[in-house]
Amino acid sequence: MIEPVIEAVNISRVFGSGPTRVQALKDVNLTLTGGELTVLMGPSGSGKTTLLSILGCMLAPTAGTVRVCGASAAGARPDELAQIRRQHIGFVFQAYHLFPTLTVAENVRLALDVRSEHGLKAIAKTEEVLASVGLTSKLASFPGQLSGGEQQRVAIARAIVAEPSAILADEPTASLDAANGQAIMAILSTIAKERGRAVLVVSHDPRLFGFADKIVYIEDGSLTREELTDSQVKPTRNKLIGALPTK
Amino acid sequence: MSLVFTLASRNLFQDRLRFVAALIGIVFSVVLVMVQMGLYFGFGRLVTTMIDHATADLWITSRGAKCFEDLSLLNTGLRDRLLAMDGVAEVVPVVVGFSAWSLPDGAMTPVFVVGSDFAAGRLSPWNVVEGTVQSLTTLGTVAIDRSYYGRLGVSGGVGTTTRIRGQPVTIGAVTDGIRSFTTTPYVFTNLASARSYIGLPASLTSHFLIRLKPDADIEKIRQNILSSFAGIQALTPGQFQQQSRSFWLFETGAGAALFAGALLSVIVGTAIVGQTLYSSTKDHLYGFATLRAIGASNSYIYKVIICQALLNAIIGFAIAALIGIAIVHFTAKSALQIVITRNLMIELFLLTVVMCIVSAIAAILRVVRVDPAIVLTQ
Repeated sequence: MIEPVIEAVNISRVFGSGPTRVQALKDVNLTLTGGELTVLMGPSGSGKTTLLSILGCMLAPTAGTVRVCGASAAGARPDELAQIRRQHIGFVFQAYHLFPTLTVAENVRLALDVRSEHGLKAIAKTEEVLASVGLTSKLASFPGQLSGGEQQRVAIARAIVAEPSAILADEPTASLDAANGQAIMAILSTIAKERGRAVLVVSHDPRLFGFADKIVYIEDGSLTREELTDSQVKPTRNKLIGALPTK
Repeated sequence: MSLVFTLASRNLFQDRLRFVAALIGIVFSVVLVMVQMGLYFGFGRLVTTMIDHATADLWITSRGAKCFEDLSLLNTGLRDRLLAMDGVAEVVPVVVGFSAWSLPDGAMTPVFVVGSDFAAGRLSPWNVVEGTVQSLTTLGTVAIDRSYYGRLGVSGGVGTTTRIRGQPVTIGAVTDGIRSFTTTPYVFTNLASARSYIGLPASLTSHFLIRLKPDADIEKIRQNILSSFAGIQALTPGQFQQQSRSFWLFETGAGAALFAGALLSVIVGTAIVGQTLYSSTKDHLYGFATLRAIGASNSYIYKVIICQALLNAIIGFAIAALIGIAIVHFTAKSALQIVITRNLMIELFLLTVVMCIVSAIAAILRVVRVDPAIVLTQ
């Protein structure tokens, strides 16, 4: 049996109280396993970001439990949650959130730096992971000198450089054109398949279905459907993945 | 090498205008503290200048005398009794007091007369640039500092004649740099002339300077003197310096005013740097939230902010120190010197570091409260 990387059990989340009370999530159960790319689909305001925040140990659920690599995040203090994120989770954000004053290599190395990994080993690891996303020639560039697609690749490199068990990507293709969006999804799919990571992509773009192993639908804070992808779309995905530089 | 320094320095230098504003705050504050403390030390040095330049093992003063310029008096007859004590080699009287110096236009200006026995040489004018100290043994001959030429209406230096308290006076020596913190010029002369200018009878004296025999036990003799004579103080030069400084700096309130100024400068500097760091942190809030989201610990983030504060401190202090050195240079010949010692520099650097770190507290408190999830909503 495959051990789940992130497991959400009966998660609920309420914001506010009284007349302003909003139930963002209701009894959500979700399991992310290694080697699998899951796409979380849903309209705006459906609770996607709240669920991602809870799965990423940035936000505590009002009820229910999140287990990351077997360890429960329930009752953890902010610094303990940061430690869970540091040890097990890599994030890719819609707005990239790269540091404009740091070079591409430094932005990626930052993820190792916060884990107290410094020196030549960290530099070598950074260069290796940037090569895997096709950015060897951009090591010394600053984010402002890169295209959106390249910036998102840097963000992915930062998310995976410390080899976390799970990668959580929040609308990673929303700011990109179709070609760059497909390329980014191909990279994330490779990470899931070749590195055996659990990858969760939050999106409302149906064009990403082809990369998903599992699609989870959320609406009004509840998971409404969970399905495995149609095998007919896999060849398209595999063709794109095949075109990527390999590790 | 950790990226903490890289991140901090680039955050800091990214907005040059804000960085310059922070530096101005630090420099302004540090220079103000430096000047206030420099004045304090300069004042402290100036008020003991006569004690510093006298060669005595012990000072005998009236019990109520607080400092060299104190006008309390001793009976001159005490001299022979002091001289008769075991271990005492020489007792030299010193007379001090205010008098009136006649200006060429007939007006008069106050002067502070210092009379001593120049043959004994216990308290003679120093830095003599014209004339000789020996000439002062002649009645009616005085030494003045050339920085007071204007005040005293003197244009010709040695040989110039005028009157003190209506009595004829000839300048026999000119010094360079003997400034009075009271702004009243010092006039050195022999004992008899000084008594005459001050209007002090021969039976009274301001202080006695005691030279002890070689190998004499200073403390033992000091105690003997104190137990043998009532109404006097017997002080080592160090004790007299300390007493003088304590009087001028604290009993008169002058030192307290300087300290208060320095304290205000520190508060103003801390507020300026704190405000700048806080606004810089607010501008980089998404950056700090990203750091938190990718798992940076609180201590990592503190290091970034404190590193920014330390960079502010080091660069700000370096500029302030250069300004301080220039101020010291330009005030070297002024009435009230600004004295900046090496220890003061070190202490000011530490103060600057502490000030900048304290300034970082508000920024740290802001970052601690930042929700890493905000990076998902932007």
